[in-house]
Amino acid sequence: MALNVGCSARPGNARDNKTGSWRTFRPVFDNEKCNKCGTCMMICPEVCISEDEEGYPQVDYEFCKGCGLCTEECPKDAIEMKKEEK
Amino acid sequence: MLQIMEGSHAVAEAVKLSRPQVVSAYPITPQTHIVERLAEIVADGELDADYICVESEFSALSSCLGASAAGSRVYSATTSQGLAFMAEVVFNVAGMRLPIVMTIANRSLGAPLSIWNDQQDSLFLRDSGWMQLYAEDAQEAMDLHFIAYKAAENHEVLLPAFVCFDGFILTHTFEPVDIPKQEEIDAYLPAFNPYQRLDAKDPISFGMYATPDYYQEFRYEINAAMTRAKKVLREAGAEFGEMFGRDYSGLVEEYRLDDADTAIVAMGSVCGTIKDAVDEMRDDGKKVGLLKLRSFRPFPYEDVRTALAGVSNVAVLEKNINIGSRMLGAVGLEVKDAVYKNGTPVYSYVGGLGGRDIRRKDVKMITEWAETGRNDCFFGLREEVL
Repeated sequence: MALNVGCSARPGNARDNKTGSWRTFRPVFDNEKCNKCGTCMMICPEVCISEDEEGYPQVDYEFCKGCGLCTEECPKDAIEMKKEEK
Repeated sequence: MLQIMEGSHAVAEAVKLSRPQVVSAYPITPQTHIVERLAEIVADGELDADYICVESEFSALSSCLGASAAGSRVYSATTSQGLAFMAEVVFNVAGMRLPIVMTIANRSLGAPLSIWNDQQDSLFLRDSGWMQLYAEDAQEAMDLHFIAYKAAENHEVLLPAFVCFDGFILTHTFEPVDIPKQEEIDAYLPAFNPYQRLDAKDPISFGMYATPDYYQEFRYEINAAMTRAKKVLREAGAEFGEMFGRDYSGLVEEYRLDDADTAIVAMGSVCGTIKDAVDEMRDDGKKVGLLKLRSFRPFPYEDVRTALAGVSNVAVLEKNINIGSRMLGAVGLEVKDAVYKNGTPVYSYVGGLGGRDIRRKDVKMITEWAETGRNDCFFGLREEVL
């Protein structure tokens, strides 16, 4: 985020406002349990979960707020919320 | 050439000469005569401005906010309950760094309902990020509008400004005023040059949200701009003095303070009464002087400390009450901080609230109170509450 006078901003600045610092718990994915169903990617309100090359979920932690919805909805219990250490 | 004019109409003339492109205000006593006169001025074609009629003070300052962000020079005026109603927008205007100038016709706040004068309304927005200038008479009220625009629009500052003058005492009384010529004001105050502005072809948003990682820095920047405003205001006041012969280079003004033992500190129209009282006390051999604060935000603590360096006692005449504070007055706290290292005792004496007259004998009384070390208190209270 730029420190512009009057906190002014150009369009599309949501990408500049990184929300990862809001997170208290971090979702950690267990690819052994994951069946690549994609539920976590669809449910993520921040749209910060994408597929890696093998089709497993990968999280952009610069934007993940740690809301835990992916963990709650995962049918394989493959996601664990671990407390962030700051 | 001097003309005899009501204070409110003198301010309306100053606004006209400042050429705002947008005026939006909602009438409220005792500010009404300013905006009534401006409405006439715009309707008569004497000022090429959009006069936006709104249903409330909240909308008045909101439309001013938008107009200023769009790159216009903007004017509004209000007082008391109207200012309280605007409060949310007041903070936003400063945070978006929009150099709006707004006249405050100082009036007390309800309840109880009172349309009469004190300085509680502007002072309760002390921390909003607006500059606050206080006028002693109609001429100063006029002149401070030009200086306020010049300082507010300076890119080193970019903060809005209140020009405060006492309701009824100044708004509704007639005084001789020297009205500058339009070409002189045009030379002093060129067209508004916005730092940034709303433009559909090059979109920008003002006052976006800032996460906890950034919010604090924006508040820091507002405070830094307010600190820079001291120098900018002094320079704008000095330049005004060179062009018009009335010098406003000081954020404070001293009156017979040179060899004074006791100083009275005050803001606004009561300074006129205090000057008369000081003259009478001087005739009686008392070494008393006045320090008038022209700027409360930014607070000119260096000027206050220097001006009060030689005095033994300071009485601050407060037309506000800082409820719950030991010191009772908002101005006294600042003055006490300014002279703290000198160890000079500073007392807040609260009076004149809700329009009660402050007389020369009241000024003499609080001078004696300060000399005898009487603690911060009200003056002129009715006995039944004691």
